[in-house]
Amino acid sequence: MSNAFTDLLAEKGTLLADGATGTNLFNMGLMSGDAPEMWNTDEPTKIIKLYRFAVDSGSDLFLTNSFGANASRLKLHGAEKRVHELSRVSAELAREVADTAERKVIVAGSVGPTGEIMEPVGTLTHSLAVEMFHETADGLKAGGADIGWLETISAPEEYRAAAEGFALAGLPWCGTMSFDTAGRTMMGLTSEGMVDMVHGLDNTPLAYGANCGTGASDLLRTVLGFAAKNGTLPIISKGNAGIPKYVEGHIHYDGTPELMARYATMARDAGASIIGGCCGTLPEHLVAMREALDSTEKGPAPTLEQIREEIGDFSSESDGTDGQGPVRAPRRGRRRG
Amino acid sequence: MSEEDDIILAELDDEELVQQMFDDLYDGLKEEIEEGVQILLDRGWEPYEVLTKALVGGMTIVGADFRDGILFVPEVLLAANAMKGGMAILKPLLAETGAPRVGKMVIGTVKGDIHDIGKNLVGMMMEGAGFEVVDLGINNAVEAYLEALEAEKADILGMSALLTTTMPYMKVVIDTLIEQGKRDDYIVLVGGAPLNEEFGKAIGADAYCRDAAVAVETAKDWMGRKHNSANA
Repeated sequence: MSNAFTDLLAEKGTLLADGATGTNLFNMGLMSGDAPEMWNTDEPTKIIKLYRFAVDSGSDLFLTNSFGANASRLKLHGAEKRVHELSRVSAELAREVADTAERKVIVAGSVGPTGEIMEPVGTLTHSLAVEMFHETADGLKAGGADIGWLETISAPEEYRAAAEGFALAGLPWCGTMSFDTAGRTMMGLTSEGMVDMVHGLDNTPLAYGANCGTGASDLLRTVLGFAAKNGTLPIISKGNAGIPKYVEGHIHYDGTPELMARYATMARDAGASIIGGCCGTLPEHLVAMREALDSTEKGPAPTLEQIREEIGDFSSESDGTDGQGPVRAPRRGRRRG
Repeated sequence: MSEEDDIILAELDDEELVQQMFDDLYDGLKEEIEEGVQILLDRGWEPYEVLTKALVGGMTIVGADFRDGILFVPEVLLAANAMKGGMAILKPLLAETGAPRVGKMVIGTVKGDIHDIGKNLVGMMMEGAGFEVVDLGINNAVEAYLEALEAEKADILGMSALLTTTMPYMKVVIDTLIEQGKRDDYIVLVGGAPLNEEFGKAIGADAYCRDAAVAVETAKDWMGRKHNSANA
């Protein structure tokens, strides 16, 4: 199966993805609490500007402004009927930017989590989740997205449901999860666990990986965890530009362009071939990352110690893959049969 | 006795039963918890004693293991659900017997944010620790928070946000409290994946809580200070 994404990855070996969406939109005047997706139709020139940030900074791939364009999240803004439309328009605007670029750039249709907990722990059924993802994927495809791009997922059940949604829409896809809780996803999935889950899907993604979470160090540790499993699919690394701080009325991430440049080469050395930023990653970070990836060769995988020294400390001692983390105390009562 | 043998809760003495309930809470076994609560009540335990010794005791272990990265959200939700089963029996009895009041919290995710998993966990763990919790749900504007705080005579305001696009709204709420001269009436706790301690301080919250277990500890700690200063 060949498409624009796999072709470009084969040609270049490493792809630079994009940076933040929310952070950049805030800088353009988005108010906290408003749905960024509304700007696809209300403020299209600003969305085009957002896309151009990535393209002009050297990204080979950028995500559409459709992270929250699913029925569950748009319902908050009374716009659950506009899922298909807002997804489609986000991709159409992106298509325009990509097709007028001087080099090949991939349009990846962003698909975020539903925000609900799936059965059996929660109430969202598998079939309803599939339907929601299918609707968003259909809109993205209609708007001309090259691929779908699932991101910031915590639950393996939700990842599986999205895989089915993309299959129904006939849209090839990539999918990343967010490892923000002691090196695992909020639902407790380890990096190793994700590799097994992804490779066992009927509709496997073109690439898988991690995004967001709790800073670039943790993300690199997660990529090392993926690589240790020797999966067959390419690995994606999209880390935040440091941690968020509140400075003079807006949120500022403390990661410098130099730090993100070093993060980018370390991610490649660790085994990732699609590398970008997430929250807090501005055009100047992307420019530095592009420059660093282009001016250096892939090196040996970094050790945890090197990551800690150069990028910063981890949020937890263990990420659940080394058998070193805390374990539960022995039972006091008797286990039930 | 092999592990496959059924455990008959009614045959355990008080101490064994409480130990077993700790494990059953940990494993999220709702019916077993309901049964255990009923047995203790039948044996003449005060409802408040059942709450603190059996349920809160068990949830403290769950909370600690969640904080330490041993348990994760699915297990904690199941445990909290089992706890809820026990609480449903105890709640009317607690009201009748006039059990001590720990504190009252109004909680909700901020405007624009639908992601309520963390908020729900905090709510359940707070109830697990004996607090009264008024859950405003998702997508709360500043007016909704203020109204509920006043109407409920709450001690604590808890705000949650999972997105970088919604977290600044917490400051809008805190600034409004300040403008109206009500900021010092409440303990303000904030949480959510993209937040951190520095952010909490910068927007004027009393504390940032990195998870539900920390939220409970922090709430208890601040309630203690509040009582102390009131008595000073």
